[in-house]
Amino acid sequence: MSSGRINWYKYAAPANFYPLAGKMIPWFALLTALLFIVGLYVGFFVAPTDFQQGEAYRIIFIHVPAAWMGMFLYVLMAIYAGIGWAFNARLASMMATAISTTGAIFTFISLVTGSLWGRPAWGVWWVWDARLTSTLILMFLYIGFISLQSSIDDPRRADRAGAVLALVGLINVPIIYFSVQWWNSLHQGATITAKSFKMAPSMLASMLILLAACWMYSIAVVLVRVRYIIREREHEAPWLAEAVALS
Amino acid sequence: MFGWLVWRDLILAWRRRADVLATLFFFVIVVSLFPLGIGPERETLKTIAPGVVWVAALLASMLSLGRMFGNDYQDGTLEQLLLTPQSTYLIVLGKTLAHWLVSELPLVIIAPVLGLQFGLSENSLAIVVVSLLLGTPVLSLVGAIGAALTLGLRAANVLVALLVLPLYIPVLIFGTGAVQASVGGTSPQAWLLLLAATVVLSLVFAPWATSAALKISVE
Amino acid sequence: MNWSKFFSMGGYALYVWGSYGVTFVLLGGEVLMLLKRKRDLAKRESSPGA
Repeated sequence: MSSGRINWYKYAAPANFYPLAGKMIPWFALLTALLFIVGLYVGFFVAPTDFQQGEAYRIIFIHVPAAWMGMFLYVLMAIYAGIGWAFNARLASMMATAISTTGAIFTFISLVTGSLWGRPAWGVWWVWDARLTSTLILMFLYIGFISLQSSIDDPRRADRAGAVLALVGLINVPIIYFSVQWWNSLHQGATITAKSFKMAPSMLASMLILLAACWMYSIAVVLVRVRYIIREREHEAPWLAEAVALS
Repeated sequence: MFGWLVWRDLILAWRRRADVLATLFFFVIVVSLFPLGIGPERETLKTIAPGVVWVAALLASMLSLGRMFGNDYQDGTLEQLLLTPQSTYLIVLGKTLAHWLVSELPLVIIAPVLGLQFGLSENSLAIVVVSLLLGTPVLSLVGAIGAALTLGLRAANVLVALLVLPLYIPVLIFGTGAVQASVGGTSPQAWLLLLAATVVLSLVFAPWATSAALKISVE
Repeated sequence: MNWSKFFSMGGYALYVWGSYGVTFVLLGGEVLMLLKRKRDLAKRESSPGA
């Protein structure tokens, strides 16, 4: 007799999660489109020109969200991988694998847009400060995770090995960040400190709206991908053929 | 059991000493390439010396990682070891120690000789040795994690490099920082302390992660 | 709305449009990769003995 509470645990089973995800994807896709349109409109037509950097600063509306997504998605990936390993939960591991590609792409975007912003803003394409260096390391961590998982044929071994790697990497990133910061502080003149940037409310708004857009995009894309992963790995399962036909 | 394990690995390494020596020669050659590539200008060489010696040490370490568990994995010994009541943590520690003695210690010993090629002073050479002495255990400890994760995989060597190099970066920064400080005339103490802290942290956490990775790879 | 000013972005067109261009090409590419994956899956599932 249901007391009205949803049993969330049932969605830990791929068979139940698959149709649920399928229903959610269109909504997230719609939100993605809407938020991108609004965010870009505010960023290009409402936000004023910057006093110091001219129009070039408008890159930050996508650069900063991409950088944050790269970082958040890594943490999320490591958490899912850890859960999948600790509780032997296949679906959680599949989520980690699904997230890895999107996280890597956002990290790459943040590196490229960061360079494209750095050149007009501070005159250099690249600088070895703590933030950029850590982002580069994050890129390597994603590549390592993806390479490791693709090299292992046994899916469960791939899941668990990825979990160890992701978690070790998670601990490593702050250590690298602080060691590079220390290293930079002792090499005066090699750093270009980010000039403090006065942000008008419309600038912040655009950035936050586009961040939300990136989140909606990520959720949509990850849900699509995890459904494909489920289909690939559970292809023998009796419930699958019908579920695929339905959605 | 621990001592037996280390001794066994040392004997096995002795039987394959060509492999071990190859790593050492790789280190020597790589370090020697840089002056040839960059030019013999004394001041430039002194500036790049810390980085070159350390990066070469990192690369040489990576070449040797496959040997840590690889041979035992292939002939089934590793599986047997993991089945014994002996704690996996100690098994890993034993193998790591053997790896360090065989693959890293020779680098530490020969590094000051190589440092002479770069015109480093005796003080700086001493710091090179100390920083490597403190840093190379971390290379073995953390490298073991990568070695354990990639057991039996195709192209494991390259993959191990990809996985482990990001993890090596703090050690690289602290190690080169110490030598650079010495070359520049300031005290390397802070960097050496950071290295020491890294060793302690690695001793506590790395073998645990390696054990987990071994169990995952061997199952 | 001064479109020529909009497109030139104060002389920074390469950087600004380059950034957004790269972003949308990569995100679009991700979506295309997913579509390809879907086609490959459908092919594999419909072939006999799947």
